[in-house]
Amino acid sequence: MSSVSEGAQFAGSRVAPLACEPSIATVTDYLALMKPRVMSLVVFTALVSVMIAPGHIHPMIGFTALLCIAVGAGAAGALNMWYDADIDALMSRTSSRPIPRGRVAPGEALAFGIVLAAFAVAVLGLLVNWLAAALLAFTIFFYVVVYTAWLKRLTPQNIVIGGAAGSLPPVIGWAATTGSLSLEPCLLFLIIFFWTPPHFWALSLLRVDDYARARLPMLPVVAGTEETRRQILCYSLVLVPIGVAPWFFGYTHALYGVTALAAGALMVMFAWRVWKQRQGEGTDRAAHHLFAFSILYLFILFAVLLIDARLVG
Amino acid sequence: MEEKPQRIVLTEEQRRTRRARSIAIALALGALVILFYVVTLVKGPAVLNRPL
Repeated sequence: MSSVSEGAQFAGSRVAPLACEPSIATVTDYLALMKPRVMSLVVFTALVSVMIAPGHIHPMIGFTALLCIAVGAGAAGALNMWYDADIDALMSRTSSRPIPRGRVAPGEALAFGIVLAAFAVAVLGLLVNWLAAALLAFTIFFYVVVYTAWLKRLTPQNIVIGGAAGSLPPVIGWAATTGSLSLEPCLLFLIIFFWTPPHFWALSLLRVDDYARARLPMLPVVAGTEETRRQILCYSLVLVPIGVAPWFFGYTHALYGVTALAAGALMVMFAWRVWKQRQGEGTDRAAHHLFAFSILYLFILFAVLLIDARLVG
Repeated sequence: MEEKPQRIVLTEEQRRTRRARSIAIALALGALVILFYVVTLVKGPAVLNRPL
């Protein structure tokens, strides 16, 4: 065990107290603060957007944009972990994060997040364009201040409204390529926005005890699992036409439209199972299947968007 | 009586992790320099054109 008292050599009878112990955080601990799994989905949706947006972007500029979006997402993740360290320690899913485990001090995580956010926004503005940088800054602000610090502990609609932060990366990617915005990136935004509630509520059905222990007003805790299942089904039904919308508006070919329709039908089927399976052994399994498929759903939609634009178009 | 500063002798783990963090910061800063250099080559004089 490392401690100041063990490592310190006292030069006199009275010593000034140390502000904090020397850090034992590894590079891996800092990478964990950046929520790499969340970051991968953010980067993927932004990558597709950068590549399908009209106009030309030099591969190096496109890479820079994606790097900044990834680092910005990581900064938001670090600041989220800094603010939520108290409740993370109470939940089994998050108790092994670097701050609750004592690997990274809260102040270190705060400084890390602020520095990364500042660098990501500044580099995106200087090397790509300021519209994309402003959108990235807004995304980080929305995730950290609006979602994490305000809504998360206040309302069961936290992940619905907060989902806007996770929906913005394709819009940033679009702005990086074109320097402007249009209806198409708004449709990509809406797809992720309406995908978020069924995705997160499927997970929250599996973690009701965790959220209740942390006193987080997640929908299953506040309104019950019955209401959560109903809303999962409602949002999934709304998601299907929104998923098909890029085809409906003529932005993609039939390949995307048919795939979005089929994937949407499967999403509704899994949501229907969650709604029907209210008791018994299959309850958790249905929620788990929906959670897993929802990730695949988003991946399929964006992958086919890319294929449709690059190979078919 | 004058208060004297406390001297710290880092443990082996603290020394190892500090070195790893320092190398990571150096690599990140080096990558940033290379990024700015390459983008300047790619953009040419337009690198100074930053429309809002």
